[in-house]
Amino acid sequence: MNAPFYKFAAFGDEASLVIAFVIGIGFGFFLERGGFGSARKLTSQFYLDDLAVFKVMFTAIVTAMLGVFYLSWLGIMDLSLVDLVTTNLWPQIVGGLVLGFGFVIGGYCPGTSLVAAVTGRVDGMIFILGLLAGIFVFGEAFPFLKGFYESGDFGKLTLPQAFHLPYGLVVFLVVLMALGGFMGTGWVERRFAPRPEES
Amino acid sequence: MSTVPDATAARPQPRPPVRAAAPYMNPYLAGIGLGLVLLAAYVFMGRGLGASGAVTSFVAWAVSLVAPGHASANPFFAEYLEGGLGHPLKTWLMFEVLGVLAGGFISGALAHRLSRTVEKGPRISVAGRLGFAFAGGALMGIGAKLARGCTSGQALSGGAVLNAGSWAFMMMVFAGAYALAGLMRRQWR
Repeated sequence: MNAPFYKFAAFGDEASLVIAFVIGIGFGFFLERGGFGSARKLTSQFYLDDLAVFKVMFTAIVTAMLGVFYLSWLGIMDLSLVDLVTTNLWPQIVGGLVLGFGFVIGGYCPGTSLVAAVTGRVDGMIFILGLLAGIFVFGEAFPFLKGFYESGDFGKLTLPQAFHLPYGLVVFLVVLMALGGFMGTGWVERRFAPRPEES
Repeated sequence: MSTVPDATAARPQPRPPVRAAAPYMNPYLAGIGLGLVLLAAYVFMGRGLGASGAVTSFVAWAVSLVAPGHASANPFFAEYLEGGLGHPLKTWLMFEVLGVLAGGFISGALAHRLSRTVEKGPRISVAGRLGFAFAGGALMGIGAKLARGCTSGQALSGGAVLNAGSWAFMMMVFAGAYALAGLMRRQWR
């Protein structure tokens, strides 16, 4: 069987929506399990006493990255058929910065706010209203932002292509970086742990 | 007949609340679970996960209900209105997001974490926190659209397939959040 299954027409559009729902259940389930329905847990990342965001996120990235890499190495998955969002460096740098501001001000990101809202967090519900408003404003302003939105266009670009390195080597470096990060988290969390009188 | 009260009556055991919230899952296990879900999305669909895309479809659809001509004349909204399988809301991401709501609810219910609360630090009022939640959500909406995706679609999904723009985006998210963390301390600590 060749992956990605959908790209090889193993099933149609209607079936893909069922798969979307099932995959979504898994996504929401593990976000909530990890504590990401709580803005306090999420923002602890930025006060360095609980680095669960870093741990969960990079474990997930490494897991999926290794899976995709080995499946393509074994010839089971065609990596060239995987959707890649185009790299538009300037809007992605500015967008990332604005999104980071929104994260520590609002306490969530879009996915985690859904989990927060559905488990009863009122701030998560209000965050979603803000999200709707922000996207509406962006849409209305789009005619003026279009030039910037399309600037810094590198097309579909991967890190191995950008740095002229073999794909497998970049995978290995990301694993090393993640493992180094994980080993450092314990020290950082102890260093920044709230003192008893503060808690 | 003994008048000595029995020990358990004299010293009632502190009983945990009926619905004490379970502790969170080990972050590395949760990360492996999340990673396998993301891998499944790539293996089955050849695409990653997302969240803000579905919210955008909803906004475009809502605008088209109020002002159909205005929505279709705007290239940004028009793209999302044409993106569905026959209806703007019938998209892969919309069904995935419905699943996220279901999965989050299931996990929260199993762990007794369903409760109507406001997540905030002790030094800020509820109204203040909700104001920041709205403002942060609005900034996040603008940032996610500028960057062509949010933490799910860009950082997580793009990160796993080594998308260059996704990694640049991810670094900037952390940079932005850490830059404002000091100013926002009152809200969380």
